[in-house]
Amino acid sequence: MSDIASRVKAIIVDKLGVDENEVVPEASFTNDLGADSLDTVELIMEFEKEFDIQIPDDQAENIATVGQAIKYIEETK
Amino acid sequence: MKFKRVVVTGLGALTPIGNNLQEYWDGLQKGVSGAAPITHFDASKFKTQFACEVKNFQVTDFIDRKEARRLDKFAQYAMVASDEAIVDSKLDLEKIDMDRIGVIWGAGIGGLETFQEEVLNFGRGDGTPRFNPFFIPKMIADIAPGLISIKHGFRGPNFTTVSACASSANAMIDALNYIRLGHADIIVTGGSEAAVTAAGIGGFNAMHALSTRNDDPKTASRPFDANRDGFVLGEGAGAIILEDYDHAVARGAKIYCEIAGGGLSADAHHMTAPHPEGLGAKNVMRNCLKDAGLNPEDVDHINMHGTSTPLGDVAESKAIKEVFGEHTYNININSTKSMTGHLLGAAGAIEAISSIMAIVHGVVPPTINHETYDEKIDSKMNFTFNEAQKRDVKVAMSNTFGFGGHNACVLFKKLD
Repeated sequence: MSDIASRVKAIIVDKLGVDENEVVPEASFTNDLGADSLDTVELIMEFEKEFDIQIPDDQAENIATVGQAIKYIEETK
Repeated sequence: MKFKRVVVTGLGALTPIGNNLQEYWDGLQKGVSGAAPITHFDASKFKTQFACEVKNFQVTDFIDRKEARRLDKFAQYAMVASDEAIVDSKLDLEKIDMDRIGVIWGAGIGGLETFQEEVLNFGRGDGTPRFNPFFIPKMIADIAPGLISIKHGFRGPNFTTVSACASSANAMIDALNYIRLGHADIIVTGGSEAAVTAAGIGGFNAMHALSTRNDDPKTASRPFDANRDGFVLGEGAGAIILEDYDHAVARGAKIYCEIAGGGLSADAHHMTAPHPEGLGAKNVMRNCLKDAGLNPEDVDHINMHGTSTPLGDVAESKAIKEVFGEHTYNININSTKSMTGHLLGAAGAIEAISSIMAIVHGVVPPTINHETYDEKIDSKMNFTFNEAQKRDVKVAMSNTFGFGGHNACVLFKKLD
């Protein structure tokens, strides 16, 4: 697993209080990991802080799964 | 229209001297002080470096980690105390009409720590707003009853009352009246507060409201003592289940006592200072007696607001003498803030619980830390100094007064 992937995973485990094994690339924040609309906003903010990037709202709307988050950050960094 | 009678059928407490109802009552009877050096933040530069904090509390023992992270401490305390009261009431949540159960909660401030941390975080940045999406929902004072209703599905009246240190007494009186009028069968009421933060201690220090007895925190809260020097900030929650008497009887509920009346008044005098003659305090006790249909001579016990401030204790004592006349000397008076400190918006709730338990057990908890009589306070009044006293309490009153000049008084009565 890439460094980015493991850091993304750690944030999700911490913020959503889910088990590490559940945080697979295809897992949806809302459908699989129990996040609500506020949680997803917080996740995006945490990604921005951790990786020192800006994720515009229209891009953030397209980040719905663990894999999408990792891919976006890898491409942006 | 005939008002419904309202009774107490469940209690829960999370306080600086006990983390559940039984521990709280044990602490009250023994005269335990909850004051100690502050552990929640580094208070070394503050004029006051101690408080009555909740101790040995692990939120994850009660609420899962993810949920707990979304709640300010004042809401965590509310969840824990209300859960205890709901379990204590033995309500069968599968069988009762959820549309007829409300939650009316008191909080003087709300999520102060959340507010402080979010604003500090913003202040440390370059002006780019990076507020957490949970900032507002964690902070607002009405989130506590909202969360309680969400957890249990209670769909009746739901809101928070804010009147500083009278908040939870206002909540209980609103709950009483909604049930009296038939708008709900059951209301989960009470209050919670968690203001032992840098902003809370610093803010109250700036007003010269807090005791600065840093060399001896345990004796700092000393209501009515000549050498009192301010209140001790406390935190925690108290929860009370109020229920329509007929509803309680029909389900065979354990009934602690009746809540027979509530009084409200305002000082209309000053932002923070009490009226020097206790005008609002007199009116609120008279209003409460009238609401309950009782006479001054019926009252056995008063749990005073008695915060251990120089002005407040004198004004309230004078007010009691004017309302109760010669009967004043027959009343067991106390200020349990001598033990718990001042829980602000939760004070009315935990002090009501003390009054209810006094009725149930026939014991009036003490006003601890009394050493020297204050010549401005009548020494013939029985303030239940330093040791609990046995007393068959049939009627107990509990006073709370808030900054802004809000006064609220509730009256509990042994069930006939």
